[in-house]
Amino acid sequence: MSNHIAAITAVGQAIIKNKEYLTELDREIGDADHGINMAKGFEAVITKISSLEEDKDIGFVLKTVAMTLISSVGGASGPLYGTAFLRAAVPAAGKFELDSLTAQAMWEAAITGIKERGKASRGEKTMLDALEPALEAFSEGIKADKPLFACLELASAAAQKGVEHTKTIAATKGRASYLGERSIGHQDPGATSSSIMIATLFEFCRSYKAEGV
Amino acid sequence: MVGIVIVSHSQKVAEGIKDIAQQMAKDVKIIAAGGTSDGEIGTDALKIQEAILEANTGDGVLIMVDLGSAVLSAETALEFLDEELRQNVRIADAPVVEGAIVAAVQASTGAGLEEVIGTASEAYTLRKL
Repeated sequence: MSNHIAAITAVGQAIIKNKEYLTELDREIGDADHGINMAKGFEAVITKISSLEEDKDIGFVLKTVAMTLISSVGGASGPLYGTAFLRAAVPAAGKFELDSLTAQAMWEAAITGIKERGKASRGEKTMLDALEPALEAFSEGIKADKPLFACLELASAAAQKGVEHTKTIAATKGRASYLGERSIGHQDPGATSSSIMIATLFEFCRSYKAEGV
Repeated sequence: MVGIVIVSHSQKVAEGIKDIAQQMAKDVKIIAAGGTSDGEIGTDALKIQEAILEANTGDGVLIMVDLGSAVLSAETALEFLDEELRQNVRIADAPVVEGAIVAAVQASTGAGLEEVIGTASEAYTLRKL
């Protein structure tokens, strides 16, 4: 299995493992389907990418991930994450290994896609509250000349902090916005799933590095 | 003739709205795009994209949506279209049942996309009591 397919598979497995947890969070402030929908989407993704030819580049694989999420998730996280992966695929086209700058460009493209699709911005209790601070931390790591896995470590910590921050703010987007101020005190399921993905990518890169490959 | 795509979280709802609207406007191409690819509740941008292609006879397509992810999936579907077709496809900001019916009637008169979308939006003002 190529590394990028292994990385996406690890991300998918982490989401599937957290199906109940994400659904429980969504039960508090949403329609209790985030974990179920995301697990369903990534089960389809894992099946799909495991049958891809070994010679597919990262851009192609991410595009496959995007189209699979878009057609199998069902809820709003499908088009949102789908658009994110679709946009991230563009800077990764033709690549088989990721350097930090390409990863940064992919991350930026993904965030831009989510903002456009969801007409959302940071501070509205969404996945952006994890993804944006994580990208900022990642970019600071690059500036400090840290290796990719160390940049991801900073990003993962910032994403988790972002998830914690969503407990303190009210939702103005999505189903949770119907609750308004009553959504304060609950952590956002979308920010949580984003944070899980980043943490998994960090763990993947760390173990990849530890193997000394 | 402007074509119409009905997007709902439920395939049954989308089919039902299509049936009601079609009864009023037999010649209009109305395509239902409800539920996910595995028949569950939800919306699917790829299914919507296919429906747009099927509904298009050259005069443009109006998409009627129910709520939430239906809007996001319809917008995602627009992103998959050729630039030329995309210019001729709109999402109506209108109640899905009433909007679809009045849009279908308007489309059956041979009205253009702008006129059909205008009529669909006016469905907001239809009172029931």
